[in-house]
Amino acid sequence: MEVIQGIPVIGILVGLVVYLSEVVLLNGPIIVALAAPLALGAMCGVMNERSGVVNIGIEGMMLTSAFVGWFVASSVAQAFPAEPHPFFGATPALVAGLIGALLAGMTLSAVHAWLSISVRADQIISGTIINIAAVGITGYINLLLTQSSPPTAGKFQNFRPPSELNDIPVLGDLLRAVLAQGPITMSAIVLAILLQIWLFRSRWGLRTRAVGEHPKAAETVGISVIALRYRNVIIGGVFAGLAGAWFTLDFGNSFQSGMTNGRGFIALAALIFGRWHPLGAYGAALLFAYASSLGIAIRTSPPAGSLGDILTSIPPQVFSALPYIVTIVVLAGVVGRSIPPASVGRPYEKEAST
Amino acid sequence: MIARAGRALILPASALVLALVVGAIFVIASSPLITGEVDWNLPLVAYLALVKGSLGSVSGWIETLVNATPLILAGLSVGLCFKAGLFNIGAQGQALVGALAAAAAGAAVAGSPPVVAIPIALAAGFLAGGLYGLIPGALKAFTGAHEVVVTIMLNYVAIQIIAWAITGPLQAPGASFARSPDVGSARLPTILATAGHELHAGVLLALVAVPIIYWILARSTVGFEIRTVGANPDAARYAGMRPRFLTMLTMSAGGVLAGLAGSAQILGVTGYMPAAYATNVGFDAITVALLGRAHPVGILFAALLLGGLRAGAPAMQIEAGIPVQMIDVLQAVMLFFLTADIIVRRIFRLRKVEGGVDELQTVSRTYGGQTTAP
Repeated sequence: MEVIQGIPVIGILVGLVVYLSEVVLLNGPIIVALAAPLALGAMCGVMNERSGVVNIGIEGMMLTSAFVGWFVASSVAQAFPAEPHPFFGATPALVAGLIGALLAGMTLSAVHAWLSISVRADQIISGTIINIAAVGITGYINLLLTQSSPPTAGKFQNFRPPSELNDIPVLGDLLRAVLAQGPITMSAIVLAILLQIWLFRSRWGLRTRAVGEHPKAAETVGISVIALRYRNVIIGGVFAGLAGAWFTLDFGNSFQSGMTNGRGFIALAALIFGRWHPLGAYGAALLFAYASSLGIAIRTSPPAGSLGDILTSIPPQVFSALPYIVTIVVLAGVVGRSIPPASVGRPYEKEAST
Repeated sequence: MIARAGRALILPASALVLALVVGAIFVIASSPLITGEVDWNLPLVAYLALVKGSLGSVSGWIETLVNATPLILAGLSVGLCFKAGLFNIGAQGQALVGALAAAAAGAAVAGSPPVVAIPIALAAGFLAGGLYGLIPGALKAFTGAHEVVVTIMLNYVAIQIIAWAITGPLQAPGASFARSPDVGSARLPTILATAGHELHAGVLLALVAVPIIYWILARSTVGFEIRTVGANPDAARYAGMRPRFLTMLTMSAGGVLAGLAGSAQILGVTGYMPAAYATNVGFDAITVALLGRAHPVGILFAALLLGGLRAGAPAMQIEAGIPVQMIDVLQAVMLFFLTADIIVRRIFRLRKVEGGVDELQTVSRTYGGQTTAP
């Protein structure tokens, strides 16, 4: 080790690898938290694209759900003030907000489903409409509300893992990163596992994949392509709603205009990087969250020595842009091509109806 | 000719009318938050203020044209890409990068005579936008990465590039906030002015771009190839056209137009580039291109309409208390009715109308990375 670090370049590279892995332990909880909306958004994408519908509107669905969740929670909190329940600090207001967020996600998904399945409109344009509408409507109402500054309903609290975990060296840190989280962040992990099993081990999953790959073949064996697509797109809205609720009920407790800040689009990239698998998407979400947290880590605790000098001399904007650049690199297939479901983006027309 | 133009207008006009109706309902529903009670007259007050602010005076007209200028250019960018079956959501980023380049070049030649400085600054915006458009074009052509996600990512990268440049190498010394130095003589000349409102020459650039793009699309060989690739990539390849080259060319050309849109804003309106340059031009451009059916003349009128809405929005905010985000709501509803044209057809009892967005269906069909029809 002494000899290797004597050579400057290799020494710095070794130091970089060591530092980058330290960041994982240091920033573990924040990485897991930041990955949640990306993973949930990507699972909305899985539900859509596995059944053959492109959804560019995840960003708008997340933004709207974030707003509705916060707005409902804040209104209910004013009407029924309550002490937080020991279970994740839940109050009636927060639960109502969560339900509101899920309904908002499902409503927008229903619009997207109708436009892309029944109207057979261009699905990317349909998603774009949802994005523009979300920015407009939430910005509009938020501006009017902030004039009267409604009180916050607070947020769900993080689970406190047992303190014995601190005694286990590396594994304890990793476990704590997963366990010391709010309910929505935790649900992302559970849902990713469940969706993976449902998609590849259940009848519904087989049918969904059939509809996404070859709708005509699916129709001939008696699967209703239209009905299944509707159902999946609308259920997908639940995931987008959860992702939105994460912003205002789990990670933060207030709403700002445009606060999703492109996370819905990064979720799409996580979906592609994860090759349309829920668990793959979750892994990709962790990678993107890691890239976002790297800038924070370098600012707050840079490594010592010349490596620290090099890293701190890189402009912080490079790290802010990192998740987006990683996404482009992934899309360009530098890390292996991923093949989407064959019928994605194509509206389905029954033979008889033409 | 007139009959055809009339038919093409029915659907966008109906979508606008329906959007105003839905917008009015939205305003009435939100009126308790504005005036404290349900105010049935509020939509009327708002729309009148909107019209007055955009068309009611010479200053209003100037503001409409100033707002429409980048929308025409960026709308042509999105529209041109639509013709090739490409969805350029990245006009936003291309405009930002073009604006940054124009601001940097303009500041560098700020002392030279305008005849030299203006072309140099515009050329910088032209090139920067074109190169930024080439990235998604080349990635699509050679790796199949879909331009929609790539351009969205590049929009966010552009924001960081600007934040870095303006707080770093390009920061004007001594300014009270982070901004680039003044573009000086690279500023576009004013062609019409009232008290506090100036119409810069960038509008001429936009108006010249319309017939040029029209000619390229309708009369030139490359325009024919672009349209063929957009309508049927397989047929295009069969006929010996080069889809890869055309994809890169069209995305670059789209980038150039968006880059010019950003440059016109810097050289004509602000005169410098701030670190956080707030603009909506890339997303408004999508509405403009869809509303104008990706046709250059349609885009011109759609940009004037949206420019008018943007110009009138501040007056609406002051006089009726309606937030300017109302324009986004109207846009989204307008696009909704344009896309779901069966609603419009049923309400207005139209049978044969043109102007739907169905001809743009190649866009999401290529999302799966395959260009062949099922």
